[in-house]
Amino acid sequence: MKNEGEAAKRPDNTAFTQQRLPAWQPILSAGIVIPSFLLIGLAFIGIGIGLFLTSQTIQVWEMDYTGFEKDSPCFRCTILSNQNCTCEVTFSLSTLFSVKSSYFPSDCSPYAYDSEKNPIVPCGAIANSIFNDTFELYQIINGTKKQVPLDGKGISWWTDYNIKYRNPSSVNSSFAKSFDGTVKPINWPKPAYELDLTDPNNNGFLNQDFLVWMRRAALPQFRKLYRRITDGDYAAGLPAGNYSLKVHYNYPVLSFDGRKKVVFSNVSWMGGKNDFLGIAYLVVGSLCVVMSVVMLVVYAKFKFSDDDDDA
Amino acid sequence: SFSRTIYVGHRPCPDTEAFIPSKFCDNRIVSSKYTVWNFLPKNLFEQFRRIANFYFLIIFLVQVIVDTPTSPVTSGLPLFFVITVTAIKQGYEDWLRHKADKEVNKYPVTVLEDGRSVKKESEKIKVGDVVEVVEDETFPCDLILLQSSREDGTCFVTTASLDGESNHKTHYTVPDTEKDLQALTATIECEQPQPDLYKHNLPFLSLGPENLLLKGATLKNTKKIYGVAVYTGMETKMALNYQGKSQKRSAVEKSINAFLLVYLCILISKAVVCTTLKYVWQSKEGQDEPWYNQKTQKEKDSNMYLKMFTDFLSFMVLFNFIIPVSMYVTVEMQKFLGSFFITWDKDFFDPEIQEGALVNTSDLNEELGQVEYVFTDKTGTLTQNNMEFIECCIDGFQYRYRDTQSELDGFTVTDGPVNKLQQKKEELFLRALCLCHTVQVKEAGSEVLADQVDGIDGLLLQPEEERGFIASSPDEIALVKGAMKYGFTFLGLESKSMKIKNRQNDIEEYKLLHVLNFDPVRRRMSVIVQTTSGETLLFCKGADSSIFPRVRPEEVDRIRMHVERNATEGYRTLCVAYKQLSAEEYAMADTGLREARLALQDREEKLMAMYNQVEMGMSLIGATAVEDRLQEEAAETMEALQGAGMKVWVLTGDKMETAKSTCYACRLFQRGTELLELTVRTLEDERLKRDEKLHELLQEYHRKAVQDAPPVKAGVTRSWSTANQDYGFIIDGATLSLVMNPPRDADASQYKSLFLQICQNCTAVLCCRMAPLQKAQIVKMVKNSKGSPITLSIGDGANDVSMILEAHVGIGIKGKEGRQAVRNSDYAVPKLKHLKKLLLAHGHLYYVRIAHLVQYFFYKNLCFILPQFLYQFFCGYSQQPLYDAAYLTMYNICFTSMPILAYSLLEQHTSIEILLDNAALYREIANNAMLRWHPFLYWTVLGIFQGLMFFFGVRFLFSNPALQDNGQVFGNWSYGTIVFTVLVFTVTLKLALDTRHWTWINHFVIWGSLAFYVFFSFFWGGIIWPFLKQQRLYFVFANMLSSVSAWLVIIILILLSLLPEILLVVLRKPRGPHSRQVYFSLPFPLLSLNSSFLPYPSYFLIFSLIYILFCSSFILHHVLTRCDVTQSQPITRYLKLYSYVKQWLVSLLVAGLH
Repeated sequence: MKNEGEAAKRPDNTAFTQQRLPAWQPILSAGIVIPSFLLIGLAFIGIGIGLFLTSQTIQVWEMDYTGFEKDSPCFRCTILSNQNCTCEVTFSLSTLFSVKSSYFPSDCSPYAYDSEKNPIVPCGAIANSIFNDTFELYQIINGTKKQVPLDGKGISWWTDYNIKYRNPSSVNSSFAKSFDGTVKPINWPKPAYELDLTDPNNNGFLNQDFLVWMRRAALPQFRKLYRRITDGDYAAGLPAGNYSLKVHYNYPVLSFDGRKKVVFSNVSWMGGKNDFLGIAYLVVGSLCVVMSVVMLVVYAKFKFSDDDDDA
Repeated sequence: SFSRTIYVGHRPCPDTEAFIPSKFCDNRIVSSKYTVWNFLPKNLFEQFRRIANFYFLIIFLVQVIVDTPTSPVTSGLPLFFVITVTAIKQGYEDWLRHKADKEVNKYPVTVLEDGRSVKKESEKIKVGDVVEVVEDETFPCDLILLQSSREDGTCFVTTASLDGESNHKTHYTVPDTEKDLQALTATIECEQPQPDLYKHNLPFLSLGPENLLLKGATLKNTKKIYGVAVYTGMETKMALNYQGKSQKRSAVEKSINAFLLVYLCILISKAVVCTTLKYVWQSKEGQDEPWYNQKTQKEKDSNMYLKMFTDFLSFMVLFNFIIPVSMYVTVEMQKFLGSFFITWDKDFFDPEIQEGALVNTSDLNEELGQVEYVFTDKTGTLTQNNMEFIECCIDGFQYRYRDTQSELDGFTVTDGPVNKLQQKKEELFLRALCLCHTVQVKEAGSEVLADQVDGIDGLLLQPEEERGFIASSPDEIALVKGAMKYGFTFLGLESKSMKIKNRQNDIEEYKLLHVLNFDPVRRRMSVIVQTTSGETLLFCKGADSSIFPRVRPEEVDRIRMHVERNATEGYRTLCVAYKQLSAEEYAMADTGLREARLALQDREEKLMAMYNQVEMGMSLIGATAVEDRLQEEAAETMEALQGAGMKVWVLTGDKMETAKSTCYACRLFQRGTELLELTVRTLEDERLKRDEKLHELLQEYHRKAVQDAPPVKAGVTRSWSTANQDYGFIIDGATLSLVMNPPRDADASQYKSLFLQICQNCTAVLCCRMAPLQKAQIVKMVKNSKGSPITLSIGDGANDVSMILEAHVGIGIKGKEGRQAVRNSDYAVPKLKHLKKLLLAHGHLYYVRIAHLVQYFFYKNLCFILPQFLYQFFCGYSQQPLYDAAYLTMYNICFTSMPILAYSLLEQHTSIEILLDNAALYREIANNAMLRWHPFLYWTVLGIFQGLMFFFGVRFLFSNPALQDNGQVFGNWSYGTIVFTVLVFTVTLKLALDTRHWTWINHFVIWGSLAFYVFFSFFWGGIIWPFLKQQRLYFVFANMLSSVSAWLVIIILILLSLLPEILLVVLRKPRGPHSRQVYFSLPFPLLSLNSSFLPYPSYFLIFSLIYILFCSSFILHHVLTRCDVTQSQPITRYLKLYSYVKQWLVSLLVAGLH
C-alpha cells in the first residue's frame, strides 16, 4: 500500500506534463517570407486590377434633389434630364440618422404609445421616420413621356421579407382588422396596412420599402435600394435618352441640414461602384512586391555580413 | 496596569489581603480570519478593496442603474465568476486554518487541580494553572518551570519552531520552591505580554528567562516537568510573534496595475471626448432634437448636467471592454494551471524522499523569472548538514579513515611511519577529541536522534549502546563520532566526570574542572580536566588562526600545510592543542576563572582576559578536517545562478570559517576573489573604537569595490563581468547590527547605503552569524533598495522562515529540519539543484508567457474597442454599439481567450534545454524587460494602428453600401460584423505569428477558435431567437459572406494589419547566442520542423479545418437561402467556387498524404 502511495506521488512522465509535447517551431525566415510576399503581392495586384476595372465599368449618375438651392430642379420637386443611364435606380440621402432608442431592444420610446396610450405599430423612431419620397421615371421620346416600370420586389433582404418579419394573421379575413387597437406612427400619413394600395402583399410589416428602411444604415451618409429597372423594354438597361424623374417630395431634411440624392447605377459582381477596394488591393499588392525586394536586399546584405562574422 | 499578578494553582497568597481572580484571556489560539457569519461581508469587502474588482463593480452598478447600451450581464457575469472563485479559494484556506487552530486548541494537556491530574483541552488552560508536560511535547502556553523530573532541576528544550535554533537549551526550575506542588502557594508578578522573544522581565522572585518555557518550544531529554501558566492564548510570545503570511504581489501584477491606469485614462478620455462632442454637436441648430427623434417629456425635464453625467457613464460602459475582466480570469487561470507544470516536473522528483516540487502559491510563477538576488541559507541548503569526519593530521602525519578492514581499526596513516611515539600522540589526540567539547549523550534506550544517520558501522557499537549525541554544533558531534571510529568512545558526562572508553575497551574517567566556552572572537574552546592519576590537562580546539599563535612555533609548520590544503578543499578545519597544567598553574587558573565568573563588573572582559591567559603556551597535537557535504550540484547551481546575473548572498547562522569554506566549495568565492571582511575580528583595532573602525572599513571597501570599479556600461543593468576583479563580502551578525544601528543615529543611513553599494558590487556576499530576524532584515534592506530588485530566499529550516516570508519569492527545501520552511514557502523543492531549472527554465518561460499574455490582452481589447469609439463620430454620439451584444460579450470569453491561454501555458520561445545550458539567457528578461513602457507602447501603437485599419477600411468600403451583386445594401450590423470578423481573425493570427512552439493544442485552439467564431456567427444569425426582442444579427453573417467585396475587404485588412508585424519579425536581426542556437538546432531553412513530430497531422488539421469551414458555410448558406429567386445567382457562383476549392483541397490532401 505504501509503495503504491509513493508511486502515485511520482509525477507522470508524459509529454504534456513534462512540457515536451512534440511541436512545430516555425521561423518566419526571409527564405519563406520573401517568396510569399512576392506571390501575395502579385496576386493582390491581379485582384486589384480586376476590381478596379470592374468598378470603372459601373456607370453611376447621381443628382442632388434636396432643392435647397433656388435653381435646383427639385425646387419644383421635378427634374428633367437627358442622361443615357443604365438600369438601376437608387437614391441617396445625406443625413445623420442616429437613433438613440435603438439600443434598448424592447424600448420603442418615445415612439411606443401615442398620447392616448394606444400602441403605435410599427413602433420606434426608425419606423416613424420612414423615407416617404416616391419616384416615377419617364423616358421622353419625341416629347411624349413613356413611364419606365420600376420593380420594387426583392429590394430587401430575402430573410427579412420571408423569415424575420411576419404580419399578424388576418382577423375575419380582413388584414386591417388585425391592426385594431393600434395607431399608426405619428409621421406616417397612412397606417401600416395601407402602405401599398396596389399590391395587397406589400403591406404591413412586409412592405419592401419598410424593410429596406428598417435595415438601419451604418453611416450617416448612406444610400438604400429603391427600385430596380428590370422589366419590359428596359430589361437590358436604360437606353440613352432623356428621362424625367417625378419626385413626390415628402421627406423633410433641411431642418437637420440633410441632403437627398437620387442615384442611377448598375451593379456588378462586386456590388455597386466602389474604387476603394481596387485601389487598396493595388497599393497593398505593390507594397508587398516592393517589400519583398527590399527584404531581399536587406537579407542579402545581412547574410553576407553574417558570413563575414563567421569567417 | 503594567504588571500582572498570578496566583500559582489559584491559591491565594496568605500575606495578600484578598484573592482577586483577575481576568486573563483563555488559551485559545485564533489564526483564522473569518467565521461562518462574517465570511460573506468581510470577504466581499476585502475583495472589492482591489482596484480592479472595485472598478468592475462600479461599471456593473452603472449598467444596472443608468440606461446603457449594453446589458449588465456582460460585465456582471464575469465579475461574479471572479469573485466567487476567489471567495471559495479563500474560504477553503480559512477552513484549513480553522482546522489547524482546532487541532492546537483541542490538544489534550494534563493540569494539576487540587492534587489530581486532570486531562483538559489545551484551550481550557487558565493563567495560574499548573501544567504537566512530558518529553517531546510542546508547551501549550508560556510556563514558569516549577519542577522537573531531572534531579538537578533543569530541563532541556528546543525552540526550533520559534527561532529555528535546533540545539538544546537548558532551563532551570525556580530556585527554593517547595517540592510539594500541592502545598505551594505563591504569586508571580510579571509584565504584561510583549512580543520580543528575547526580552523577558519577570521581576518578582527574581525569575529570569531561564525559568520561562515558551509556548511552541518542545521539551527534550527530560521526562516530565510542571509549570505554571503565566501567559495564555493570544498573549503568549508565540502568538504575539505570529505574523500572518502577507500577500505577496508579483512585479507583473504591479505592471498590470500600471497599464490598467493608462487604459483607465484612455477610457475616461474617450468617454469625455464623446460626451463633449455630443453636446457640441447637439448645440447646433436642428441636431438637438430633429423631428425624427424627439425627446420624451422626461428627457426634456431632466437636468442637463445630470444628463451629461449619465451620458458620460453610458460612454464609460460602452467602452469599458477595453479593461477586460476576463484578463484577470485568464491570468489567474494561467497561474493556477501553469503551476501544475512545476509540480508535474519529474526532474524535481526526488526518489529519496519520494516527493516532487510543491507549489504553495501560484501567484508568483513569473517572479521566478525575475530574480536578481538570491539569499540562501547555508546549512541544509548549500550543504547537507551532514558532518563527517574526513581526516586528521597528527603531528604532521595525515590520517585518513579507510574502511574497517584496514589496520588499526581503520585508522590509517597515509603518509609517514608508525611508531610507539606516534601511537602515543595519536591517543592523546583522540582523547582530546573525546574530551574537548560540550556534547551531551542522549540516554541509551530512548529513540535515536536524526543526527546519528552517519555511516558509523556497528562494529564498535553494540546495538544496546547505540547512542545519540546532542550538541549546539553538529561538527562537535562529528568530531566525537570521528574519535569513536578510531576507538575512543565518549560515554557521557555524569556529575562533572567524563567517561571515555579507550581502544582497549577500558573506561577512563576524567574530572571536568572547567569549560572555557567557545566564542566567536576567541574562536576556540577549551576544557580543563583532571585524570584519575591526578594530572591536570587543558585541551583546546579552535580555528587555526587562533591556535597557531598560542602554540610553540616549531610545531606549526608541520600542520599548517595540511590545514591549508584541507581548507581549500572546503573542509572545516580545527586545530587541537593541549597543555599540561602544574598544580600551581591550575590553582592560579582556577581562582582566576572563578573570580572572573563572579565579577560584577566587566565580567566579559575579565573572563576573556583569563581565558587568553590560560590558553597560552600549548603544544599542538594535530588538526581535524570535517566535511559538511555540499548538496548535489550545489556548485553548478550557484554558478548557473551567477551566470544568469543573479547575485547570491549566503545568510547563515554558522561561524565565519565554516561558511567561508562552504562558499569556496560551491564556487561562490573563487581563487581570484578578493574578500572584503567586515566582522568582529576585523573591527578589533587597538587604536580605534569599533564604530570608528567600522566607518573606516566601510569607506575603504566602498572605495575599492564601488569607486575604483570600472563604471557599469549604460544599458547593462546588471554589473556582471568576469574580466574585472571579483569581490566577495563577508559580514557577521554583530557587525551588521552595528551597521544598521550605529551608536550615532546620523550615520545610520550613510552606513546602510555604503554597505548596500559595496554588496551590490560584489559577486557574492556572505553574512554569517545571523539571527533569523537579521536574515529577514537583510532581505528587506535589499528589497527596498534602489530599483527594488526582486529577491528570492531559499532555506530549509525554521530559522529561514523569516527570510522566506520577507523575500519576494520564498523557496523551501524539503530537508531534514522539519517542514517549517516548506509550509511558509511559496515553492518547495526537494533539493537545491532544482533551483536551477525552477528559475532558468520555469521562471523564464512563465515570465515570457505571462508578459505576453498581459500585453496581448491589452492590445486585443484596444483594437476591439477603438472602432466602437470611432463609430461614435458617425452615429451622432448616440452610444450606438458597433458590435452586437453577443459579440461584445463573447469576444473575450470565447473567440479570443483560448488561444492566448494555450499560448500562455505551452509557449516555449526557446527550448528548455537551451535555457538550462545558457544561463545568460535569463538576463534578457531581467528587470521586467517585457513589461516595461517601451514594449507596452509598441503593443498599444499596434492596437491603435489595427483598430484604425479595421474601422476605416470598412468605412471606405461602406461609402457605397450596395455590396451585394443584386444591389441590396448592408446596414450597421453588417458593418459591425465585418469589422468584428477582421478583428477576430487579425488578433488570432497575430498570436499565431508570435507562437514559436506549435503543439497540437495550439493548432487546435487557434484554428478551433476561428472555426468556432464562424460557426457561432452562422448559428447566432441563423435562428430567430425567441428570447431576443430584436433579431439584429439575423442572417447578417451569411449575407456578409455572400458578398465578394466583403470577403476581399476582410482579407486585405487582415493582411494589412499584420504586415508591420511580419516585417518586424523578418527584419529583426537575430541577436544573442540563443537565436543562433535556435537556427543551428533547426537545420531546415524554410520550414523547420521538430524531428520528432510528423508534419502531416498539422497540415491535415489545418486543411481539414479550412475544408470544414468552407463546406459548412456553403451548406448553411445554401439551406437557409435556397428558395429565393433573386438570390439564386450567388448560389450558383458559390457552388462553382466551392467545387473548385474542394477539388483543389482534395488534390492537395492527396498529394500531402502520399
